[in-house]
Amino acid sequence: MSLSAESLAKIERELAKYPPEHRQAAVMSALRIAQTEKGWLSKDTIAEVADYLRIPAIAALEVATFYNMYELEPVGKYKITVCTNISCMLRDSEEIVDHLEKKLGIGFNETTADGRFTLKEGECMGCCGGAPLFHINNTDMHEYLTPEKVDKILEGLDK
Amino acid sequence: MLNIEIDGKVVEVEHGSTIIDAADQLGIAIPRFCYHKKLSVAANCRMCLVQVEKFNKPLPACATPVADGMKIFTRSKAAVEAQQSVMEFLLINHPLDCPICDQGGECDLQDIAMAYGAPASRYTEEKRVVINKNIGPLVATDMTRCIQCTRCVRFLKEVGGMMELGLINRGEHAEITAYVDKSVDSELSGNIIDLCPVGALTSKPFRYTARSWELVRRPSIAPHDGLGSQIEVHIKDGKVLRVLPREKETINECWLSDRDRFSYEGLNSPDRLKVPMIKHHGEWHETDWKTALEFAGGHLKEIVGTHGSDELGVLISPNSTMEEAHLATKFAHGLGSDNVDYRLRHTDFRHDGKRLGVIWMGCNIPDVQEMDRILVIGSNLRNEHPLLAQRIRRAVANGAELSVVNPLDDDPLIPIKHKAICSPNDMVNVLSQILKAVSGMERLSLCLPKSLSDLLEGVRVWDNSQAIALSLTGHGETMDLISPRSAVFLGNISQHHPRYTEIFSLAEAISSLCGATFGVLSAGANSVGANLVGAMPKAGGLNARTMLESPRKAYVLVNVEPELDCHNAALAKQAIEQAECVVALTAYKSEALEDATVLLPITPFTETSGTFMSMEGRVQSFTAVTKPLGEARPGWKVLRVLGNVAGLHGFEFDSSEEVKDEIFGGEKPSAVVWRTLNNNLRELIDVEIKVKLDSDLQRVGEIPQFQSDAIVRRSPPLQKTKQVTKAVLAGIHPEQLTKLGINEGEKILVKQGTGSAILEAKADIHVPHGCVRIPGAIAATASLGDLLGEIYIERIPATAPQEEVSA
Ligand code: SF4
Ligand code: FES
Ligand code: FES
Repeated sequence: MSLSAESLAKIERELAKYPPEHRQAAVMSALRIAQTEKGWLSKDTIAEVADYLRIPAIAALEVATFYNMYELEPVGKYKITVCTNISCMLRDSEEIVDHLEKKLGIGFNETTADGRFTLKEGECMGCCGGAPLFHINNTDMHEYLTPEKVDKILEGLDK
Repeated sequence: MLNIEIDGKVVEVEHGSTIIDAADQLGIAIPRFCYHKKLSVAANCRMCLVQVEKFNKPLPACATPVADGMKIFTRSKAAVEAQQSVMEFLLINHPLDCPICDQGGECDLQDIAMAYGAPASRYTEEKRVVINKNIGPLVATDMTRCIQCTRCVRFLKEVGGMMELGLINRGEHAEITAYVDKSVDSELSGNIIDLCPVGALTSKPFRYTARSWELVRRPSIAPHDGLGSQIEVHIKDGKVLRVLPREKETINECWLSDRDRFSYEGLNSPDRLKVPMIKHHGEWHETDWKTALEFAGGHLKEIVGTHGSDELGVLISPNSTMEEAHLATKFAHGLGSDNVDYRLRHTDFRHDGKRLGVIWMGCNIPDVQEMDRILVIGSNLRNEHPLLAQRIRRAVANGAELSVVNPLDDDPLIPIKHKAICSPNDMVNVLSQILKAVSGMERLSLCLPKSLSDLLEGVRVWDNSQAIALSLTGHGETMDLISPRSAVFLGNISQHHPRYTEIFSLAEAISSLCGATFGVLSAGANSVGANLVGAMPKAGGLNARTMLESPRKAYVLVNVEPELDCHNAALAKQAIEQAECVVALTAYKSEALEDATVLLPITPFTETSGTFMSMEGRVQSFTAVTKPLGEARPGWKVLRVLGNVAGLHGFEFDSSEEVKDEIFGGEKPSAVVWRTLNNNLRELIDVEIKVKLDSDLQRVGEIPQFQSDAIVRRSPPLQKTKQVTKAVLAGIHPEQLTKLGINEGEKILVKQGTGSAILEAKADIHVPHGCVRIPGAIAATASLGDLLGEIYIERIPATAPQEEVSA
């Protein structure tokens, strides 16, 4: 249930960046590290992070619920977040979304039955120059998407 | 100072003040929701927008610091438009359910919408709904009504000391909630009801009982702790329906503890005694006042006449008014008895005859907040003095250092700099170490009298005592010795300690060496007042303990439930049981008074006039806010007539004011008070330094917050709180549990003196080794003895498994 020693070591590294009386400052990184390990942030995980930082659980929950890159429900192995904001929309992100929905058989905020893919709608990622775009698991960004390119990317992912 | 202009009025304000401060100073109304003078600025509701010259957009008055020459307009076209738009925006998701909302009639949103909003709504779309939360038995929620001002969040975090609510999600989905299914357990939680500008947080006990305009509001004084909070009692049809704080910056500010706010439910308890009762052959019979008083007075006189006046003992609750305490004392003296006491939960009276004055907190309440160093000895602060704890919390937030010497490691929700958590007996040792450390410090060593330095000869100073001493003396830095901002306070646990006198004299010595304020945070609403009227043995009479140890033939009890209000419950019970005559002046019928002879129904604080003297020595008189229930009569009147019936002189009072005048000898109370308050002892008291560790287990019997007196104990909402339902009955350190071979949750037999009780063992890391936390003032432990003292624990042998019957 609880976080691995490896994750805790990473959190410690983050904590070292701030004065010792401001452990709260590391809350965002700590939640991210916990999410990377667990795949998503359960209420227990959030409470554990909070305990570790010695802040009230509700303070960590505030942060976890504010940013939408924190997952509060389980997601598939690959979470694909497609930007649908204005620049991407003008560059036809809709086509990408349609394609993904058809290909995976799921809509936004749904996960495929095999638990491999989750589809999410994203807000502008500040990379409008590469529109349309999506990222996988918050870190792996792919730009200038076309349906063909999407197929390739998905094929390249581990089973 | 800066000169600014608001709506054409010129005003001079301090550097760093905000526009809203300046406007408040001028009495110019700026609407607001999130801003509160006692909380940090959030500036998230935007209701306070004003127009400022040379700025091309409206600015939030609560978060904009003034600049010299600033011209501000609160009612200009731009300002009014901004206010109207914000109002419209806030009302988008606010349900228009005022007719069924408890806040209706006293709602900021309602008022401000009337004053600053548009006459009609343009909004036709769907409104959002927020799933409601249950945050405990005191605060009702209707979260759809919330406007996310976050006052409640900030209060609990900043004033309450623990962030129990938070704002989760974002934008339209934002909502206030506690973590998952948690409740709000702060002992100050009721204040979020007052703070909430809408009907999202309302009082659960008061819910749907009345409209605010139907209530009659009368001022009174809170009767449960020594703070003397000023309250406003709200009444409908003669019944108390709620209690709110009256703002008094130097006492309770605008806050009230939950105990003071919700205890009133105990006033309407079915336990209330409505008619006098006399016991005949073990059966209670209702009777009339005349019969009851004549019976009581006659009986008492008869016992005194045949067995001597020394056979009478008078016990007075420290929550009784000064008038009641004075008359009860006078009554005892009138019958020739010096056996009077109000210090029911004390057990060490060696300081009697050695005090120079009336014991008080040593400073004024707001001073606490100005302290740089505070040492608290033997107190569960949040339990005993919730609002004073809040002031200490603020002092610490502003840089003060708090140290504690305590037998319990409960979290006061205040960062503690140094602590010595030790068994009750060790507290004396720790204090002598601190004294030695303080006396060894430069510049101070000269001041120590020989008798003390001899005493401290063999004491070895441990690190934490050294650290506390260093903290108290300002870390050796030059201290302002004329007016050092440091204080040493004794809490309830110290006062109930079997070695209170030693603790007192050591603490006094420590504070005089480092020039600190020294005071006692008294438990009852009128402890200091009862001390002032002299409700104590004067010339060798029996005190609250000896009166029970050598049982008397007759007792008079004023507002006392013996087994719940006395230091040694078992002893109290036995003494009352064996007495020939027990006259109980009480507001309640009670199990604890089963052994009495006569019950005289007296009124609680809401139905009598009287005076309380707070721990800072403030004399506060109040009047009855409602009529006495049934035949009940104010305590002072009953005592007066009892005096008359017993044929005593000097009982001719027509009003409680006359009694008060007698107490103060016709002088101004403040004059008398300042003459008498004095925490010094005439002489140093022998301190015994025990080096050996206790071999037996020690009981640490704190008084839980919601059990402190008869009214609180009968308030259903308070009794439903987690503090009560999850109360630890026998808290033992987990290692100690293992050592004793007891499992967590196991029922164990605890024995003290002749009494015993079966309690559930709980692992409690806040209890030091060698100690067991077993609260007093509850029925489950009313068969036990001293609150602090030796205790024995036994496992209960598992009942032998039934033998199998083989055919
Ligand atoms: S519940 Fe009341 S006090 Fe708390 S944020 Fe909502 S409106 Fe403000
Ligand atoms: S709109 Fe898609 S990245 Fe900016
Ligand atoms: S009162 Fe100023 S923004 Fe809320």
